[in-house]
Amino acid sequence: MTKPKTLLDKIWKRHEITINPAGQSLLFIDRHFCHELSFHAFNMLEKRKMKVRHPSRTIAVADHYTPTTGEDARDFKSLDRFKLYNTLKNNALEHNLNFLGLGDQRRGIIHVIGPEQGFSLPGTTIVCGDSHTATHGALGALAFGIGASDVSHVLATQTLWQPKPKKMRVIVKGFRPAYVSAKDIALSIIRHIGAAGGTGHVIEYAGPVISSLSIEERLTVCNMSIEAGARAGMIAPDETTYKWIEGRPHAPKNDNWKEALSAWTLLKTDEGAIFDKEYEIDGQLITPMVTWGTSPEDALPITGLVPDPLEETNAEKRANLKRKLEYMELKPGTSLTDITVDRVFIGSCTNSRIEDLREAAAVAKGRAACVHSIVVPGSGLIKKQAEIEGLDKIFIEAGFDWRPAAGCSMCVGVNGDLVSPKERCVSTSNRNFRGRQGPDARTHLTGPAMAAAAAVTGKLTDVRSLQRN
Amino acid sequence: MVPFKTLKALAAPLNQDNIDTDQILPARFLMMPRDQKYRTYLFRDLREDNNGLQTPDFFLNQKKFSKAQIIVAGRNFGCGSSREGAVFTLVDSGFRSVIAPSFGDIFYNNSFNNGLLPIVLPESLVKELQQFLINEAAPEITIDLESEQIFCEATSWVKFDIDPHRRERLLKGLDMVDYTQQFGEAINRYERDCLVDKKWL
Repeated sequence: MTKPKTLLDKIWKRHEITINPAGQSLLFIDRHFCHELSFHAFNMLEKRKMKVRHPSRTIAVADHYTPTTGEDARDFKSLDRFKLYNTLKNNALEHNLNFLGLGDQRRGIIHVIGPEQGFSLPGTTIVCGDSHTATHGALGALAFGIGASDVSHVLATQTLWQPKPKKMRVIVKGFRPAYVSAKDIALSIIRHIGAAGGTGHVIEYAGPVISSLSIEERLTVCNMSIEAGARAGMIAPDETTYKWIEGRPHAPKNDNWKEALSAWTLLKTDEGAIFDKEYEIDGQLITPMVTWGTSPEDALPITGLVPDPLEETNAEKRANLKRKLEYMELKPGTSLTDITVDRVFIGSCTNSRIEDLREAAAVAKGRAACVHSIVVPGSGLIKKQAEIEGLDKIFIEAGFDWRPAAGCSMCVGVNGDLVSPKERCVSTSNRNFRGRQGPDARTHLTGPAMAAAAAVTGKLTDVRSLQRN
Repeated sequence: MVPFKTLKALAAPLNQDNIDTDQILPARFLMMPRDQKYRTYLFRDLREDNNGLQTPDFFLNQKKFSKAQIIVAGRNFGCGSSREGAVFTLVDSGFRSVIAPSFGDIFYNNSFNNGLLPIVLPESLVKELQQFLINEAAPEITIDLESEQIFCEATSWVKFDIDPHRRERLLKGLDMVDYTQQFGEAINRYERDCLVDKKWL
């Protein structure tokens, strides 16, 4: 009898070209994404005078530096940003890569459009010079972020050397209570295992709560894997996955579809397979979450209080906690729901998909934003769908700033959509690091409904308290 | 890439956990080309306050550590964004090694592509080292990659562990694309034999 294998083992084995004497595997990379910051990698390739080995396996997408106010060159907030865009475009043209540029409805955040276009598929290896590449694992792929040198290595060879990661499984059992979003599940997991809990591991998410999630929700959960320190997160593909993928532009068609399906049904962890670490989380106990500090592990149920350094017995941890509260300008013991906010951002590769916009719009509908709140769709096609459903009107009528062009926007702020110094922003993105949304900006991470709730009340708000009859 | 064999250098403590790559290289510098100025972006928002004034508490602003080439950091150093610029700016500032109880995986991986040696040591030992660096006037640490040992007066010789492939890469200053090209035949074979039954891709 063969040894039971995990989903990761199976994908790994299928992509292993060779193993070197030190035990590292040379993996074949099926899919690769580039963005504006891939310029370092193209420069490295240029220095060697090398060509891209398999241009059709790479998609270049402008998302980090693109404006959200429109799809035109004049919408860019500065000339250097436009130049960076052009550099990507020129590199893509020169190397004959698929390129999604301004004005193309398919353009959007890489981790949104990869799955949306059917380019990211179960059982594949996917890399990109961006840590949130873990997102694509929601379809049952091995997807992880890499640095510039590795990007150039992939462009040149379509391969990467990797030591085999350790395996972790996070099972979310029971059921999910009402008003608990995929983001709340992700933040609960990170709080539980810690921001470094997944270091060196690939996480497989499983259990009844995970299986019940839509693909959009699974993408949110896998997206946050890196915030738990894990290189990648993955969920075994199932009927929900197949239905979601079928018919997408790059998805297999006809006989190829049938062949793909029969390959994909084998992509599950065998009974009795062994993980290096396993965690079990009770879905019923998950509540709407919010972060209070400067690491995604600083998450609490919205009903909680700002932690008190005096209750911390370890001197170093106490100092660390004090530093965080100083940065966030929070008083120990404050009810989280008493914290007033200055602005709201709904978007990013974590929470800018159509379901996220629906959730936020359901809260916004018939209410009025009392702080500046921007909503940035994850792709041109999501924007279009939102407009078909009238979500844009709901947001606009409620005083939200509905942005017509997709992109990373205020998650990292490099396109110029920034949070001002000392401002407090409720954000559906993935990182609350110091200065992440702009120098001295303060970030509270939540799901989209909670962000909309904060927009209409001007403070951190338990979305359950806005329940309508 | 400059090979890494042995290094005897001044070391500095950065006694905080979860120093993410946004702290090492703030996002607004990501679009910058890697030129002479690249090193000045290192820890910019920790080194300077809002008004551009130096923060005296930050380790690199202390005269004693201004020439350090080794950082002894807290847990999960380099977590977060995959930006290799975080490694570029450290290397361009003269750093050759970071010692910590754990690292962000992508940062760890990127380091080897740039001749920066990340060393994982048990947290208790890292704390001991940090204390030594604080107490000494000009605290030096010696790192010998060949034998996988570090030495300082406080700890004497300490063994560390590193993947043999990565060690070799640093010792030889090996370029990965050059190395992989030696496996060209295996890649061709894989593409020929293993991709045929994946027409759906």
